[in-house]
Amino acid sequence: MRSPLTPEMATQEVQLNETLAHLKTESETLKTKLEEERAKLHDVELHQVAEKVEGLGQFVMKTRRTLKGHGNKVLCMDWCKDKRRIVSSSQEHAVTMPCTWVMACAYAPSGCAVACGGLDNKCSVYPLSLDKNENLAAKKKSVAMHTNYLSACSFTNSDMQILTSSGDGTCALWDVESGQLLQSFHGHAADVLCLDLAPSETGNTFVSGGCDKKANVWDMRSGQCIQSFETHESDINSVRYYPSGDAFASGSDDATCRLYDLRADREVAIYSKESIIFGVSSVDFSLSGRLLFGGYNDYTINVWDVLKGTRVSILFGHENRVSTLRVSPDGTAFCTGSWDHTLRIWA
Amino acid sequence: MAEGAKEPVGVGTTDPEEDSPNMIVYRKIEDIVTRIQDENAGGVSIRTVKSFLSKIPSVVSGADIVQWLMKNLSVEDPAEAIHLGSLVAAHGYIFPISDHVLMLKDDGTLYRFQSPYFWPSNCWEPENTDYAIYLCKRTMQNKARLELADYEAENLARLQRAFARKWEFIFMQAEAQVKIDRKKDKAERKILDSQERAFWDVHRPVPGCVNTTEMDIRKCRRERNPHRVKKSVYGVPDDGQSQPSPVHISSQPTKKTTKEDVQKEINFLNSQLDRHCMKVSKVADSLMSYTEQFMEYDPFVSATEPSNPWISDDMSFWDLEASRDPSQQRVKKWGFSLEEALKDPAGRDQFLKFLESEFSSENLRFWLAVQDLKRRPLQDVSSRAQEIWQEFLAEGAPSPINLDSHSYERTSQNIKDPGRYSYEDAQEHIFKLMKSDSYARFLRSNIYQDLLLARKKQPADTEQGRRTSLEKFTRSVGKSLTGKRLTGLMQSS
Repeated sequence: MRSPLTPEMATQEVQLNETLAHLKTESETLKTKLEEERAKLHDVELHQVAEKVEGLGQFVMKTRRTLKGHGNKVLCMDWCKDKRRIVSSSQEHAVTMPCTWVMACAYAPSGCAVACGGLDNKCSVYPLSLDKNENLAAKKKSVAMHTNYLSACSFTNSDMQILTSSGDGTCALWDVESGQLLQSFHGHAADVLCLDLAPSETGNTFVSGGCDKKANVWDMRSGQCIQSFETHESDINSVRYYPSGDAFASGSDDATCRLYDLRADREVAIYSKESIIFGVSSVDFSLSGRLLFGGYNDYTINVWDVLKGTRVSILFGHENRVSTLRVSPDGTAFCTGSWDHTLRIWA
Repeated sequence: MAEGAKEPVGVGTTDPEEDSPNMIVYRKIEDIVTRIQDENAGGVSIRTVKSFLSKIPSVVSGADIVQWLMKNLSVEDPAEAIHLGSLVAAHGYIFPISDHVLMLKDDGTLYRFQSPYFWPSNCWEPENTDYAIYLCKRTMQNKARLELADYEAENLARLQRAFARKWEFIFMQAEAQVKIDRKKDKAERKILDSQERAFWDVHRPVPGCVNTTEMDIRKCRRERNPHRVKKSVYGVPDDGQSQPSPVHISSQPTKKTTKEDVQKEINFLNSQLDRHCMKVSKVADSLMSYTEQFMEYDPFVSATEPSNPWISDDMSFWDLEASRDPSQQRVKKWGFSLEEALKDPAGRDQFLKFLESEFSSENLRFWLAVQDLKRRPLQDVSSRAQEIWQEFLAEGAPSPINLDSHSYERTSQNIKDPGRYSYEDAQEHIFKLMKSDSYARFLRSNIYQDLLLARKKQPADTEQGRRTSLEKFTRSVGKSLTGKRLTGLMQSS
């Protein structure tokens, strides 16, 4: 029960509200100004410039391997740097974890460990062993602690740091050995669903996407958000850098994929079709960045010509939602995981 | 059949969660099915079909639906239209009148449209009591077409066991429903019965069929009324024993925008306004030239040499990549940028080798050391940072690097509290230095050119052109310094 307002408090409250309203107006004005400034640089469309690029031929992409081993929905997968091994997680277990819905998993760069987590709000690292009898669960190391589900995790260029995103609206960078929080990233207004590290050797940035329809680019050193993009109409389920690191693609529940260029600071392409009405769960680029692969909730994979903006191919095969999609490190294939309990390798 | 079968029953009409992911899809599908049924606006003709002794009201053929989808949604491939139509069916918006399996066929198979009352957007989560009433009522009606399928009979048996104590209640409810149904017009009943069955096909699918009501648990808590009191299909009051949905509830309250939040936003917007951005035309050119440059390396766009192992089952491609004896194509990539050269371990090795031959390797070694520093566990960072200072920057350092005074000042300040990023400025400066100076010389060097032009040190081999890359490197195995490692690789593969 609140105590009755004194006249001074009442005035203060009114003043605060006025200031808040005043600030909001200032913010709106700045937003409009920024949009205007950026629009001046929008002198042409990417697909127009790309008209002079030679068209791609017919593609023959097929399932080359089907991996059946999970007893439930496959939610996430990652490639090992050796280009041949993968780790995947599902609704029941990953590496004998005692909880359902393991939504994130990642391979360590050395190939000697995997990280995973989900509804347990944690990210744990498991060493890998060729010895089948070894009890890996006992050797697990709890690294990250969030206050809501873990949506994605990724090792930075070493086995020693992990970057995580969570339903609690934050991302965080952790030291694996000590479990210490090195940096946290605040700015999303809702669950963060995905992240991707910039491919640069020296870069210290990453991009995240969330249920607030925003994609944010972060400086890992300072924890600051350095760029933000908000053009999607629904949750952003997946973000992935273009191989040069100058742009990134996103996939959303609004059934579109989009390309954002960091130097132009705007969306430069949108990949959509009238007949595609189900959300995109996962996106990744081919090695040159010419193709964008999207896994969709309508069980298909759509392959897009990144420059021309057209769809190059639609791939059928999965019998339920495609929940995860990743191109192999050497670009020779991509792997998809699905709610139909299987993983497929396409080439 | 429940009362009020005409209008959609929602849990509140003004709904802030209309934009939840599932709703977005439902609304799109609803737009499609509304358009398909609109005969005045290019929709399919829904008609009554005569069949033996009876009439089948309100149906349309699968082929008609496929045609409509192709024409109105710009779909060129019938397979795609069939797939989309099957999804529309699987979500319960259209259904075959003589099958429980919700998929679309591009032939004369007859389909009907689902009543908006039963649309998934109404957030039905029917209880097993409702399902039991439904199956029970089916057994009371003496009609061949309403006979239970095997899996339904099994379900009914299971429910009878589970609800043994309240079976009398369920039976009575079923009887009441049968009474209500009997009052309806024959044709109307045919339609309603089929719609009701299709509803249950969505919520209690045939074993082996996808249950399209399953939700992504990350999105659950934003569904309308996550703690909703579930409404019964047959108007059965909730006896408090219904299971709550497995919804993942947020543990944090919704945040109100504070003054600080808005101020932060303003600061951010101001910093964005200060940013220098490039024109789209310029970035487009840049994206195009990058892609063009790398397309020959992209296995999805250009055939790989040797063949893609996933396609041919021949691992030579990977064996070649693993060898430190790089192909000309791979060496060419090192010439694209210093980044590309350093990305490839072989490129890094060769660049280092070149610099060592010039006695100027300290810059690269410093750069590599800083990279390594950033990858260390936290507890090692401080000591390692100190070591780097001693090796490269301190007075009388054994491998002194050339830093401008500004970077040197900054770095020596940083090192007082050594951290992972203490050398960022210095590293950036050194990288630029290498890029403009030693990298360019490296590309002109014999070390690089020999590899790029595949100039071998052995006597001229006129047959070289005809051998495959694999054969070439097999030949050089004995002569290469890494030969021992490679033979090990060959033996184990």
